[in-house]
This record gives sequence, C-alpha cells and structure tokens, in this order.
Amino acid sequence: MIPALLALSILTFAASAPVLAMLRRNPRAASRLGPATAVAGCIPGIVAAILTLAGAGPASATASWSVPSGGLSIGMDALSALFAIPVLIVSALAAIYSRGYLRHAESEGRSTAPFWAWYDLLAGGMLLVTVARNALLFLLGWEVMALASFLLVMFDAHDPRVRRAGWIYLVATHIGTACILGLFAILGHAGSLEFDRLALPAAFPAGIAFVLAFVGFGTKAGFVPLHVWLPEAHPAAPSGVSAVMSGVMIKTGIYGLLRFLMILGTPPAWWGWVLLAAGVTSGVVGVLSALAQHDLKRLLAYHSVENIGIIAIGLGLGLLGISLGIPAMAFLGFAGGLLHVVNHAVFKSLLFMGAGSVLERTGTRDIDHLGGLSKRMPATSLCFMTGSMAICGLPPFNGFLSELLIYLAAFAGLSATAARVPAGSTAGLLATGGLALIGGLALACFTKAFGTVFLGEPRTPHAAGAREVDASMRTPMIILAAACLCIGLAGPAAAPVIGPVVDSVLAGFGCTVSTGTAHDALGALSAASVASAAILLLAASVFAARSAILRNRRTSTAPTWGCGFASPAPSMQYTASSFADPIVGLFGAIVRRRRRFEEPAGLFPASTEFSTDTPDVYQEKLYKPVFSAFERAFSGFRVIQHGRLNLYVLYIAAALFALLLWKL
Amino acid sequence: MTIHGLLSIIAGLLLAPLLQGIVNRTKAVFAGRRGAPLLQQYRDIARLLRKGAVFSGTTTWIFRLAPSITLACVLVALVVLAPAPVEQGWGFAGDALLLAYALGLARFLTVAAALDTGSSFEGMGASREVFYSALAEPALLVGIAVLARVSGGTSLASILQGAGVAGWVSAGTALALVGVSFFVVLLAENSRVPFDDPNTHLELTMVHEVMVLDSSGPDFALVTYGASLKLWVFSVLFASLAVSPLGLSGFALLGALTAAVLFTGVIVGTVESTMARSSLARAPLLLAGACALSILAFILASRFLS
Repeated sequence: MIPALLALSILTFAASAPVLAMLRRNPRAASRLGPATAVAGCIPGIVAAILTLAGAGPASATASWSVPSGGLSIGMDALSALFAIPVLIVSALAAIYSRGYLRHAESEGRSTAPFWAWYDLLAGGMLLVTVARNALLFLLGWEVMALASFLLVMFDAHDPRVRRAGWIYLVATHIGTACILGLFAILGHAGSLEFDRLALPAAFPAGIAFVLAFVGFGTKAGFVPLHVWLPEAHPAAPSGVSAVMSGVMIKTGIYGLLRFLMILGTPPAWWGWVLLAAGVTSGVVGVLSALAQHDLKRLLAYHSVENIGIIAIGLGLGLLGISLGIPAMAFLGFAGGLLHVVNHAVFKSLLFMGAGSVLERTGTRDIDHLGGLSKRMPATSLCFMTGSMAICGLPPFNGFLSELLIYLAAFAGLSATAARVPAGSTAGLLATGGLALIGGLALACFTKAFGTVFLGEPRTPHAAGAREVDASMRTPMIILAAACLCIGLAGPAAAPVIGPVVDSVLAGFGCTVSTGTAHDALGALSAASVASAAILLLAASVFAARSAILRNRRTSTAPTWGCGFASPAPSMQYTASSFADPIVGLFGAIVRRRRRFEEPAGLFPASTEFSTDTPDVYQEKLYKPVFSAFERAFSGFRVIQHGRLNLYVLYIAAALFALLLWKL
Repeated sequence: MTIHGLLSIIAGLLLAPLLQGIVNRTKAVFAGRRGAPLLQQYRDIARLLRKGAVFSGTTTWIFRLAPSITLACVLVALVVLAPAPVEQGWGFAGDALLLAYALGLARFLTVAAALDTGSSFEGMGASREVFYSALAEPALLVGIAVLARVSGGTSLASILQGAGVAGWVSAGTALALVGVSFFVVLLAENSRVPFDDPNTHLELTMVHEVMVLDSSGPDFALVTYGASLKLWVFSVLFASLAVSPLGLSGFALLGALTAAVLFTGVIVGTVESTMARSSLARAPLLLAGACALSILAFILASRFLS
C-alpha cells in the first residue's frame, strides 16, 4: 500500500515533466497544468508518510531492475516520513504560490512550461531521495534534484548575476556528489548497493567514511565553510523555488547524513564533536552574515545556514549522547534537531514567500529601499512577522519547541549526575552558549528585516506604490503562518509523533533509551505549549481591557515625535544598515563589511556617496584563491576542448574502447 | 500551588512599582535631594490609565497591540520565576528557556512598535536594545547552565533551590561569579546605568525610554508597569541566588527573598549614583565580561564538582 502510493507520487512527477516540457508553445495550459501536477504528485506521498507516522510501520518494496547492484527499492520508515512530509507539503504550497508569482514573467511573454517541468522533477527528486532504499536510486534522485534546482535557479538567466550564482551552485553541489560517490564506493564494496546490504569493509577506518559523508551531505545542507553556494543560489532563484530549496531541499543533506551515519555504526565521540562544532560555527557565522546583508533574500539564505547550524547542534548532541553514554542527551538532541527540520521548513518557506511577495510588488530586494509595507500589504506583513518570530525561537510559535528540546539536551549533558561525564558538560556549555548567542542575534536580525521592510514610512516610490498580492500567493503564506502557531501550541501532540522517529534513529545507532527519563522530558513540550497559550490569552485579555478603557477616551492622531524637528522625511528613518551596524562592528573579525564613502568636499559639496557591502569571507579568502589556482593548473587541458564535434565523438569512442579492453 | 508560591507572585504584581521607587529614592539620597515619593510610580500609572491617547499617523495595529503582548510576556515570566525559589516542584524542565524567550518575545514587540513609528531616534534605541540583549542572553543562559551543573536540576525551581547551602560550600566561588554576571545582565536588560541612563532627556542617548517616546495614555501605563515587572523578575533571579546560602524555608525564605529584591533596588540606585553611563562602544565589553564570568564560573564548578 505505502510503496504503491510512493510509486504513484514519483511516477506522477516523472510523467508530467516531459508533458509540461512539450507545452512550451502553450503557456496558458502549462501555467494551469504545472501547479496541478505538482500538487497531485505530492498528495499520495503525503498520505503515505502520514500513514507511516500514524503507526503503519516501515514498509518497502523492490522491483527488479536491469542495472547491476540491486533492485529498484523504495520504502518508507519513520525517518523518511518525517522528511518526506515537509518536502511534499512545502513543494505543493510553493507550487500554488509560484502560479501567482510567475504571472509577471508570463505577462512579459516568457513561457513557464520549462519551469514547471523542472519543478516537478525537483519535487520528485527530493521525494526519491527520502524514500530510496538503493544507493544507485538515491544517487539518481540526488542528481535529478540537483540539476532540476540548478535549472530553476537559472530561470532568470538573462541576468549575469543569476548565471554566476547558478554556476557556483552547480560546482558546489557536484563537489558534494563526488564525496557521496566515494562514500558509496566504499560502502558497496560487496557488490550490492541495497541499503540493508551496505557496510564498511572490514578493518576500514570509519573516520574516512564519516568525513566523506560530512563533506558530501554537508555541502547540500550548507555547513560553514561549505555554505558559499547558498547565499548565491537561493536569492537568484524565483521565490517559490527559493522557498523549496531553502525550506526543504537543503534538509535532504541532513537526511542523507543521518541515514548513512546509521550504516557506519556506533559513532565515536569525535563525530559528535565535529557536528557540534560545525553547528555552532554555522549558527554564529550564518546569523552574523545575515545581519550584515541588505538584500532581503540573501539575508534569509544566510539564516538557512544559521538554522542548519541549530539542527547540527541538536544532532551533534545526539551523537555525543550515544558515544558518551548519556541517553537523555542523545534522545533530546535528536528530537530537537529533527523537530527543527520540520519547523524550519515551515517558517523558512513562509519567509521566502513573503520576501518574494515584496519583490514581486516593489521590484526590489534591497531592505533599505522599502518600508511602510504593513499598511499596503497587511496579509503579507502579518505572515512575515509570524515567520520572523518563529525563526527567532519565540513562543508561542513552533521554533520555540525545537530550540527548547535542544537546550534540554544540553542541560542533560550538564547535569549528567550519574557519571558526571566532563565531556558531556563541556558539550552542554558549548551548545547553551552558542544557542543563546545565535538566538539573541537572530532576534536583532529579524527585527531589522521586518521593521525596515514593513514598518515606518516607505523610503522609495516603489514601496509607496505597493499593493497586496493576489490570493494564490497569499493563501500558501497564511497556511504556513497558521502552521507555525499550531505546531507551537501542539506540544502535547508533538511528543507522540517525534518520539517514535527518534527511537528508530537511536535503534539505528544501536542505542536504546529507557522510555522513562527521555519521554518525561518531552512533557516539557506540553508545558511550553500551555505557557504559550497563556501568553496569548493574557495578551488578549490585557488588550481587551486596554481597548475598553480607551473606548470612552479621546484618542487623536498626530505625526511621529521628531524631537522638535519641523519637517521629518521618510529618508531620515533609521536604515537597516545603521540598525545592524553596532553588532556588525563588534564582530568585525567574522564579517567584513566594506564601506565606500566619498566625503563631501569644498564649501558647496556637489554630491557624496556612501555604501556598504559584505562579501562572504569564506568565498573571498578560501575558495577564490583555491579555485583560481585550480584554473591555472588545469588551463593546459584547454587544448583538447576546441569545439570540433567529430573529435569529441572520437574521445567517446576511445573511452569506450579503453573500457572494453580493460574489462576483457 | 502552595500559599508561598501564590504570595511570591502577588508580591511581584503589587510591589514592582515600589522597586522603581526605591531605586529613585536611593538616587535622591545620594544626590542630597528629598526625591519623589516612594509610591510615585503607582500614581504615574494611575494617572496614565485615566488619560486618552495620541497615536502617530505612521503607526499600525502593531503599535497598539505591542504593549499588551509585552505585558503578557512579562507576566508569564513572573509566574514562571517568582515561585521557583520558594515552591517545591514548580515549573518544568527547561522553564528557564521559557523565561528567557518570553522576555525575547516582549523585546521583539517593543522593538517592532518602536520601528513602527518611523522615528530615527526610536530606531536608534531599538538598535541598541537588540545589541545589548544579544550579548546579555549568553551571559544569562550560561549562568543558568552553571546553576544547573551545580544543582543537577533542569527546572528553575530545582536549580534555584538546589544551589542552597551545600552548593555554596562546594562551589561558592562559581555561584558568586554567576551572581555578579546576573547583576550585570539585570542592569543591561532593564536599561540602567552604565548601559543606559533612565534620567536622560536627550533622545540621542537613551535606549529603553527612547523606544517608547510615542507611547501615551493607557498603553504607556502598560509599558511602564511592564518595565517595573521586568526589573522585579531580574531582581528575583539575582536575589534568590543571594539568599540561597542562608538555608531558609517557608515564610522566612519568602520574607528574606522579598527584602532582598527590594534591597536590589538600593544596589541598583547606588550603582546609578556612583557610576557614569559608559560610552556606547564600551558597554558591550562589560557584557562580554559578564559572559566571561559565567564561563569562568562554569569551569570552576566543573573543577570542584568532578
């Protein structure tokens, strides 16, 4: 039943892609059929995943396949279901959103048929990655996902910046794939690539396999310093695609890492330390880089790096809990990390859709050119505000629950009274301090982004003339915003869903947790939800009382107090750059902000200029020199690349001939 | 809930404006003035509640809603924290995070309301508020982590009660350092000297006061009362650590705790009278110092407990 539903889902995606690609001449049909097929493809998969989590248990099926190394195996267990649900729901909602978003491109006479073809392939590829039970099939899904998303990023390829972003993404994702190929070559040494047959060769150092998995999947997930493609590719893509890429596609990296670490066996402590360190680094570097940005989508992309960091902190604590023998830390760390995967999918896709709506209506992504949109786009504004509070981990929204679980994992490490494991308390301290700093900085960043874009007065005519987006773009945002609140208030319901998933992960690592202590700690989720509801109720009653008082009073409207200045102008408002400047200045060692200032000169200064930008330190200092060196080293090979097709065919023939000789 | 826990919450609700009065009276004594009456803030709040309101034409519903939600958040923080030192089994695992993040929600809305006015001065205050609190957050939570390490508990009640006499004997230095760190956080979170001067009347130099420049009437009453409650909450955190070595319980503990909270007002007033407001560039160093103290306390606690 469940494998059949999954196959139906994947086949719908796979079959509709070529049909859509053929509709290039008929854009109207493509713009209707595209979202319809995407949503139709998602539904059977969502049903299958919900059935699995509701207690149907793991299921899998294998069909024979005329390819060596195993069959066409797909299956679904709790872990796959937990990743497949956000993947499919966000894909479906972003498809509805993109229908409205692409109207602009359609009115310019561009065909959206290829977009929808690639979109269906992207969704299908992501689903295949989460349900594949054969490494070759996994790799197929992985590459379809990577190439389809690359082509979607290139949707606006007439812009040279988009082309540059696309190429950076393509190179980065294939560096990751290369590592994954290496990992599979090691694990599949026995000849079969079925997941349940994969194993390390005897006496092979597991550390090498761990590093390959960490780099390979970490590139997709976006751990610092493997993150450089993220702030390039996510802003360049159409906003619906940004929502999918940032909300769920990067999570396939987390899925792959977990899935294959379980195959590598009992983790030594240093794996956990690597993940924890990568998590804290990604979190802090991500949020600081985000603070320095004034491109709204680039800011959100850096926040994905930050949130992947938070997830990695959770998983790192989980692994450390296993290897140090602190079961509560293991359980809570995995629970928090996995719940944050779901939560981040919800609020990050919401935020990217909000940013896309702003971009669509104002034509700019520069935060400092916006302002005052909450009056002009009230629904978008409310949704973006909800997402902002959720991503900061504030109650009553969903982000609070997952961050609470990760903090609890850290506290479990701190007060591991039985053994007083010193390493556990060091890990707990690192996670607590890191999360606290990340949380404080994230709040600074999102008050900056939300406040400058939506509050105050419009800074430019573009912002002043903005209107609310239409229903097809509004509805997905409202659904996601409601989900942020509902998950936040559904702490008691979260425990039975997330508990079995974590149990299956722990069982995969050969570790069992007594249901007592760890499951008790999940009770904290219920208490947190009750407190969240209390905040809402209290706020409502205080507001009702205050409104009742004001009803009989005289209220009047006046201009904002300008401290005595007679004619304040919108351009005098505090800008996002000024807002973030003290923090960016303090952490100048991590984010380098470049200033260009043309000082006014003379008695009657004619024009002056001031601008700042913040390039990625890792790209500037690490990747650029390395890749330039590679380019110089390999430039000799240009001799064989000359554009003569007949000689290229000869290369292929020669390669096949050489293979034939080798195998004979 | 026992009578002790209930009384601790009621004490916070009723006495919070008095704490502000004590701070101001202390400052007046240092300056050789008679100063405002101790109950001045109650009168201010009552007066504001009787007034109408003026709203800036730039503002939206966020500006009108924010003071109510902010007050609700601080109330929840009070309910979570105030009974914790006196009531056994109060709270839940990780309720310290609820305390920190409920106050975070309050901060988000205060800052959003400030930016909603479109005033550059309020934007400036908002920027400083998030700057200071981003640095205060690690100092606070690492401090709580130290207490969790010492007491072996995970809820605020077990953390604050567990750090009693035995905790001070085995890891007294660490607890004292955490106390200092908490006090610095108290000053930063409540916009007191040396981070901010609540007396200043130059918009350019203020932090909290400038963010609420455009608030008026009942909304401003909510803001004022919320700020007093927040000072009370942080004072309880500091005071409960300070009275924990006395080994009291029951009404004696409740009385000592309330007295210690009110005395915290005297300390804050003394600091405010004897120190100058530090420059904007130096204030973060003080907070970084508080973080460093918390981490040092953690190292000491780990060293002596293992």
